[in-house]
Amino acid sequence: MALDAYQKREFKQVGTRPNRPDGVDKVTGRAMYGADATAPGMLHAKILRSPHAHARIVSIDTSAAEALAGVKAIVTAADFGVPEDDFLRDVQDHCMARGKVLYDGHAVAAVAATTIAAAKAALKLIKVEYETLPHVTDVDAAMKPGAPVVQAGRAYENVPAGMSENVTHHCEFGHGDLDAGFAKADRVVERHFKTAATHQGYIEPNACLASVTSDGKAELWVCTQGQYFYRTLCAALLGMEASQLRVTASEIGGGFGGKTMIYMEPVALALSKKAGRPVKLVLTRDEVFRATGPTVSSSMDVKIGMTKDGRITAAQARLCYSGGAFPNTTVDMGAQAAFAAYDLDAVQTLGWNVMTNRPKESAYRAPGAPLSIYAVESVVDELCQHFGLDPLAVRLLNAADKGTKSSYGPTFDQIGLKATLEAAQAHPHYTAPLGPNQGRGLSCGFWFNFGGNTCVSLNVNTDGTVGVTEGNPDIGGSRASISLMAAEELGIPYEKIRTIVADTSSLGYNDVTDGSRVTFAVGLATIKAARDAIRKMCSRAAKIWGIDEEAVEWVDGAAVPAGPNAGKFPPMTLAEIAAVSAETGGPIAGHYEVNADGAGVSFGVHLCDIEVDPETGATKVLRYTVFQDAGKAVHPSYVEGQMQGGAVQGIGWALNEEYIYGTDGRLQNAGFLDYRIPVASDLPMIDTVILEIPNPGHPYGVRGVGETGIVPPLAAIANAVSRAVGVRMTELPMSPPKLLKALEAKG
Amino acid sequence: MKTIHVSTTINGDPAEFICTPDETLLDVLRNRLGLTGAKEGCGTGDCGACSVTVNGRLVCSCLVLGAEAQDADISTIEGMADGDTLHPLQRAFIEHAALQCGICTPGILVAAKALLEKNPDPTDEELRYWLAGNLCRCTGYDKIIRAVQAAAAEMRGA
Repeated sequence: MALDAYQKREFKQVGTRPNRPDGVDKVTGRAMYGADATAPGMLHAKILRSPHAHARIVSIDTSAAEALAGVKAIVTAADFGVPEDDFLRDVQDHCMARGKVLYDGHAVAAVAATTIAAAKAALKLIKVEYETLPHVTDVDAAMKPGAPVVQAGRAYENVPAGMSENVTHHCEFGHGDLDAGFAKADRVVERHFKTAATHQGYIEPNACLASVTSDGKAELWVCTQGQYFYRTLCAALLGMEASQLRVTASEIGGGFGGKTMIYMEPVALALSKKAGRPVKLVLTRDEVFRATGPTVSSSMDVKIGMTKDGRITAAQARLCYSGGAFPNTTVDMGAQAAFAAYDLDAVQTLGWNVMTNRPKESAYRAPGAPLSIYAVESVVDELCQHFGLDPLAVRLLNAADKGTKSSYGPTFDQIGLKATLEAAQAHPHYTAPLGPNQGRGLSCGFWFNFGGNTCVSLNVNTDGTVGVTEGNPDIGGSRASISLMAAEELGIPYEKIRTIVADTSSLGYNDVTDGSRVTFAVGLATIKAARDAIRKMCSRAAKIWGIDEEAVEWVDGAAVPAGPNAGKFPPMTLAEIAAVSAETGGPIAGHYEVNADGAGVSFGVHLCDIEVDPETGATKVLRYTVFQDAGKAVHPSYVEGQMQGGAVQGIGWALNEEYIYGTDGRLQNAGFLDYRIPVASDLPMIDTVILEIPNPGHPYGVRGVGETGIVPPLAAIANAVSRAVGVRMTELPMSPPKLLKALEAKG
Repeated sequence: MKTIHVSTTINGDPAEFICTPDETLLDVLRNRLGLTGAKEGCGTGDCGACSVTVNGRLVCSCLVLGAEAQDADISTIEGMADGDTLHPLQRAFIEHAALQCGICTPGILVAAKALLEKNPDPTDEELRYWLAGNLCRCTGYDKIIRAVQAAAAEMRGA
């Protein structure tokens, strides 16, 4: 057991920056993504989508489309069953509308044809009669009694009576006496905040290639963050056994949480089954925006009391999140994360989920947390301004630490928040001079991190090389970090390891690549699989030497006798043991399966300088520094990459990105021209400072790093802008028109 | 729809294809010629993932018709390396961890090469504005800028 937990050690390879193993494929155009595969006899599919925000489907007539030359199959909701399970039914209804369309872009029918042109032409021949219904796309409007009901009868039992039927879920976290806490404060600030829905904005549109054969077997090639979860969902919706559906994850062109959920894969499978041919289905960018992804939108109230010396006496947040037309519980994570950075005697977070006529929300990097923490960190900043207190000092004064009972219940083990805050305080960025119209902002960020179901096989080849088989798509360099951990544990060079991502038939179940879990959990399983292989190699050496297994240990990539009593034998390297494995018992492989817990939480602090152009309301980010606890940075370049990428996504959320709906309930900016994600000329370099406060739950101390980075930028930018313009900004994004309006109102 | 026969040069080699009049160069490259290195991220010229050069000029191949390739000289990501020797930009992207998912990488490499051919010593600002048409959602561009500058320095020294 001692070996399972973190042990301080000197690393030889972990912490270095070797080239990633999939690098050459990805710089030469050879890497195969979702849309890059073809199959013999392949058809092309297109989806017909609702032009209405909310409507009853009176009828669908596909006869003219079916008669078109080249059309081989058409499916609608009538081609699927009606799952009894609420979650599965929602997933299916999101893929293909049943009875009602619930948002602009909701799928109503799909066509497979011999060419894309024929499939497009067929869509125009499908006649859908709609009876339009009143719609609601705003979270506050949807909560009001009398609002159009998106779906009736979906509220969970925990929702208080008397609310709109759109309110499906309620949660509450916290401890302590709020009234007493607020009474102790020298000042109490309560503010209302609103944030727009954003999209993950992965550059690769969702794509798959489905092939169902008449013997009931099926193959699915798809860009996904989790081939096993996709298999579970697709097999359930198509009434297949899991073993008959093999899902292969293509290289993935970004996901950020958005490719943890199926959108059109069962449709491609159903079309393939009906046509008896392989079917390729690639979404357009317009479809990606209208029917996949987005985050929740939110309406939030935060109230915090503070003494004049900066001590927070009580804190409360009321969060209303809307995740579109289906129930979800993302607000729980927002509510739990809201005050995680603080050691509080009295704290309460209340959350509600509200349905609106928008596409079904999907995870986006630390789902739920950036919003609530934006609101909390904005109010903390306003209190600091009021009392003239240093915002870093106030956060240090109130910071959660080892032993703190967190605002959401658990007591923290070793965490890196204080070290991260101190690193920011000591950094030259914090005291650099600012010019006119410029402001500096900072924010703490937090994410829980996750472990989960994980399975790794490690094969020792007879030439002394090693293959690692794992089940999580490589979304940002994880093959490199997993290879590094295997090399470290085995004591052989990184170059001798090749890590591959298995399809669903080649390895046991692995949870989705989410929750910042891969380097933590797959890393842990890889280390354990390596230890399993090491035990077997020691046993082979013992056999050769004619001594007890227990008398052999593994040192620097070789079996050696453990101490003088074990006998005198020269070390046998991995390659030497592998070369003779056929004579000592056959192939050597290590395995490990686990439902991992012990993923250490991760804190970050972001510091940014911005300048607002008073003429246009445009905000330019001048300087940006990310401080984050990685536990142990296995491949520091890719850890920095996660921190930089998360920061820039957050900058986009803060300044520009938003789903804009018209009064007709239709999405008005479903393209990269009008939904503006940050481009290279918008940004400075993103400086990074990696802290390494080991996670006690991982042999090398690793914590997940992927998600925390998107949490602080919203408030860091908002605080910087608010300080620069002298107006507290309480709505995201702070796009130029909104900022200009605030400047004009200030006069 | 009547198809058009097109003779062109791709990555230095003669190539021929037929296409419909409304077919984009990107679709021709990907679907007719098997050159799937250029990616379709938007189809509207907003993301740059389909960047190629036509007669030395950087374009979004989703905004060019296949028929326009007649007698043209087209370069794609598949032609950037010299056999098994990577272009300095390709090497720099790997060494500087300038890619995460890699979907934007072919387009950014093609775009960066086109810049360095015109301007071997760009400032960071020139580089950032040149690459403003190539969206990357993973990296925040930091390591991309560093990698291109490292390759540019190496190419100037070579």
